[in-house]
Amino acid sequence: MMTGLYVVISTGNLVKKLVGIGLFQTSVFQLYISLSKVRGAQPPIIEKPAKYGDAVKSAGEKSAETVTDLLAKIPEVTALDPASVYDPLMGVAYSNPLPHVLILTAIVVGVATLAVGLALVVRIREAYGTIEEDAIDDAEYKAEVNAS
Amino acid sequence: MEMSFPIDIFVIIDLILISMLLVVGISIVRLNNLFVIVMLYGVYSLLAATWFVSLDAVDVAFTEAAVGAGISTVLMLGAMLLTSREAKPTTPIRRWGSLLIVGVTGIALIYATFDMPAFGDPNSPANSYVGLMYLKATITDISIPNVVTAILASYRGFDTFGEVVVVLTAGLGVMLILGIDSRRSRSGEVEDTGESAEDANEPPAVKETTKQIDALNHHIVLQVVAKMLIPIIILYALYVHFHGDYGPGGGFQAGVIFASAIILYSLIFGMDQTRRAIPPKLVQFGSALGVLIYGGTGVITILMGGKFLDYNMLDQSDTIHAQHMGILMIEVGVLVTVASVMLSIYYGFAGRYRQLKDQNW
Repeated sequence: MMTGLYVVISTGNLVKKLVGIGLFQTSVFQLYISLSKVRGAQPPIIEKPAKYGDAVKSAGEKSAETVTDLLAKIPEVTALDPASVYDPLMGVAYSNPLPHVLILTAIVVGVATLAVGLALVVRIREAYGTIEEDAIDDAEYKAEVNAS
Repeated sequence: MEMSFPIDIFVIIDLILISMLLVVGISIVRLNNLFVIVMLYGVYSLLAATWFVSLDAVDVAFTEAAVGAGISTVLMLGAMLLTSREAKPTTPIRRWGSLLIVGVTGIALIYATFDMPAFGDPNSPANSYVGLMYLKATITDISIPNVVTAILASYRGFDTFGEVVVVLTAGLGVMLILGIDSRRSRSGEVEDTGESAEDANEPPAVKETTKQIDALNHHIVLQVVAKMLIPIIILYALYVHFHGDYGPGGGFQAGVIFASAIILYSLIFGMDQTRRAIPPKLVQFGSALGVLIYGGTGVITILMGGKFLDYNMLDQSDTIHAQHMGILMIEVGVLVTVASVMLSIYYGFAGRYRQLKDQNW
């Protein structure tokens, strides 16, 4: 994470700066995902348990009643009993899926914003002929001096 | 899945991956050749994706590999070609100054990590409440194995709708800044060669030269292999999309993979042919269409008497089936928007190459 921040601050080159932002961003993703890890757990893709098939079958054949019945059977979700926290489903632990969702969409949004940034850099290059900050500053300064 | 190793082998794998990430990051800092930097960024993304697999985040790993290592690298290479290949080395004052700032921030962050729950703790606050609730409710509410897809498309459908709109907005931004079809753009300063006036029916001579610039059309092997690969890639994208309920995958990943197939086509056969196969107008239309499908699903559920994106209304006698339908519909919306936006961004960058002159670099 810090290397990304370092690149953003230290370099004057705009493309390299964007790479730095990308590094920074990916590192933040890693922080989030590492929080969601549960030791010895599986990816949050539920192994097809008997319950799963039953739920589909019963819901398909009978009516919504069955689903409500099943819902009633779920233990209190906010119960924080350490031994049973990840157990009551089917005895298998799964990693926390919520950060995965957040980061998944963040990655796609990240590349979209990156593209906007790169597009701006390309236009800056066309306008100033350079993508180094100090050179752009010089050009701006000269233009202002000439104008006044 | 209890670990029986005395030393957790996954910890070793994690440590190796983290140290590789660190090495790549530091090399990016030290280098000045932009081409190498961009390629190393791709490596960094790929390593991060590997680590995400080790952290059980298979969906995220999939997205990171497709987006971070794939599309981002292509876009950065494109921007680099349009700008410059070397970065100026930084001045010593700036280097030490920023090292100081970064060092202080880093120490603060490391101090903050002492308050964080232990790695892999199942009872940490982050892992206890909402995520656990989603895990349990998914089985009975939606009944699809991939909980990530269930949360993404159903429980948090609002968020995802927002993300799709953000992607669309970014695509619009790139279109506005660069122009999706720059042959017809009106920024006359760069393209004063008369090429801008020509439409699709340009003289064959001009077409021939542009083709030679941006197409690898003298590589027979590449063409044949690409022709075999592209249908498979598109098929794979559709598999990833429709199998997203059961395994890792979904609209976001499928859209990016789909776009990468088209980008491969344009790399091998040239932009002109790609524009003929998939006109920029279609891409523009698709970007908006996807959001329309997504939002339209929400409006349909309102019209059927429910709330926005309340899929249960789609089939009240069988809510699980209704949830499946709703998820599939909005995932189609996501697929169309993401694929179209990625393509429009690519068109925006690729359309500029023809304006490059040799003396520019």
